[in-house]
Amino acid sequence: MALLEIKNLTLEFGSSRSSMRAVDDLSLEVQAGETVCMVGESGCGKSVTALSIAKLVPTPPARYVSGQILVENRDVLRMTQAELRTIRGGVVSYVFQEPGASLNPVFRIGFQIKESLELHRPAAATDAEVVRLLKLVGIPAAEYRIRDYPHQLSGGMQQRVMIAMALASEPKLLVADEPTTALDVTIQAQILDLLRDLKKRLGMSILLITHNLGIVADIADRVAVMYAGQIVELAPAHALLRRPLHPYTQALMRSIPKLGSDEARLTTIPGNVPQLGAFPSGCRFHPRCSKAQMDCSENSSALIEVETGRWVRCAYWREGQG
Amino acid sequence: MNVTLTRLSSRLLWSVLVLLGTSVITFFVAHAVPADPARTMAGAKADAETIRRIRHEMHFDEPRVQQYGRYLWGLAHGDLGKSYVTNQRVTDAILTRLPATLALSTMAVVFWMLLAVPVGVLTAKFRDSKFDRTVLVLGTIGLSLPAFWLGRMLQYALAYRAGYFPVAGFRGWRHLLLPALTLVILFAGYYARLIHSSMVEVLSSDYVRMARAKGLSEIAVLFRHGLRNALIPVITVLGMDVAGLLGGVIFTENVFALPGIGTLALQSVFNLDVPIIMGTVLFSAAMVVAANLGVDFLYHWVDPRVKRD
Repeated sequence: MALLEIKNLTLEFGSSRSSMRAVDDLSLEVQAGETVCMVGESGCGKSVTALSIAKLVPTPPARYVSGQILVENRDVLRMTQAELRTIRGGVVSYVFQEPGASLNPVFRIGFQIKESLELHRPAAATDAEVVRLLKLVGIPAAEYRIRDYPHQLSGGMQQRVMIAMALASEPKLLVADEPTTALDVTIQAQILDLLRDLKKRLGMSILLITHNLGIVADIADRVAVMYAGQIVELAPAHALLRRPLHPYTQALMRSIPKLGSDEARLTTIPGNVPQLGAFPSGCRFHPRCSKAQMDCSENSSALIEVETGRWVRCAYWREGQG
Repeated sequence: MNVTLTRLSSRLLWSVLVLLGTSVITFFVAHAVPADPARTMAGAKADAETIRRIRHEMHFDEPRVQQYGRYLWGLAHGDLGKSYVTNQRVTDAILTRLPATLALSTMAVVFWMLLAVPVGVLTAKFRDSKFDRTVLVLGTIGLSLPAFWLGRMLQYALAYRAGYFPVAGFRGWRHLLLPALTLVILFAGYYARLIHSSMVEVLSSDYVRMARAKGLSEIAVLFRHGLRNALIPVITVLGMDVAGLLGGVIFTENVFALPGIGTLALQSVFNLDVPIIMGTVLFSAAMVVAANLGVDFLYHWVDPRVKRD
């Protein structure tokens, strides 16, 4: 039994007459102890999917059209508010992109961490436990820091506090939505090291949302590449990085700048991510795809399992493969 | 500590300057009125000699600047002068009127905030619902009503006709209910709206989403994580309104014949009782200055991001 099992999730925004499909028939599993990365450009539906796991997307404007999100075999989408509150923090904890905006500016960080403890581990809601958590995420002089307000900490320290807050409830799944995007590169590396180290020590699963393929190589067991609300490639991380099969994944990999390359211009993917509600017919990537064939604009491909555990949404994935 | 002290003393110095400016303006405006206080004091039948004598005794025949200097000298010694009409010391006149104004203002502020805070928060939570729209309409009507008209109508309907409340005067807290209700109707809708807009912004913030992601109850999300942040911009407005009330609730006090600062101020204008005019205006100004200091202090307490420098 997987810890998290998203089955055929479809989510739309707006009214049923002018609905925009943000997530389309998405299925994904996260096993206990596994780290899964969701990769894709902004607006491809990865954050909405991540927030859906604890039903944190406000409805309306969003609407769950179909599908299930099973957390420990219970469907989150059919839970009452009271049941959801035990899942939130209790089983699934979140770390968001902007630590500065996600910590409440008017409360001391110690209070904010203790709030999580009181909800999910009331017996451990002590200053000593807060200090232990802050030390766990590598905050120096934690005893003095618990009385600090968020604005008194640097961005990297704020993100460590967020992680400590997420860990306070001893979740089984940590959902990190672009946890390093707002931080500079050295701090990014530190936070990733911290996540990897914590995962090893605490044995939790991590679902990491990112648009940075570099992070994938660092931390992921499996990768789901998303495009326009769909998963276009799902594979073990090392296999995907060594040999990406979907043209979109290949294009993403090519656009990572390489050190020592002679090219004068950075490689980019032409065009933009299609607007919500204005997805192209057929394969949604075909207008930007360098390998598009005549019928790509008509026939949408299903997700095909091409090797054990490797799925690709492209009928021509074999073309140009060595 | 030292920094705080320097800051405090500079704020106090500013306050003194503001009050000094107010006294200059009020003094010269009050004396620019084409009426003779000596004649008013002496009465309609007084002869020229009496008027001349009063004018001399009260130093009305001195140059204006000298008179102002005399007033300022008194002020510096805590002497605001005496009423031309009753000969009562201005300080005493204000102090005897203060309890009514203070009690009415406190009652009104407490009630309208008790109403506006939950309504503001809930209309933000249930934005664009029927409830939200109803509150918006009622609030807009409330704040558009003229105070003297609303006071009179309530007085007529609820006190005179229905007899639920005393009609006028001040012989106990029950006499404050209707004037307080008037102020609550005038202000509650406005504050509910203020809190609503501030709360709408707060509810879309990342830290509210984070609070929900932690598993907090909606009540804790709204009233603990949301409200405290949403009240920050409201404090400034509330401070100014409280100052305004304490300086005299002129219309409402007059309608209900409450012996407050507002009635005192209005009477003094009709009587051209310059010392009382000066006293009540300076008292209002002092309230505004005090409210500014109070708001500053509250800001530090509510919003830790405000720098202590």
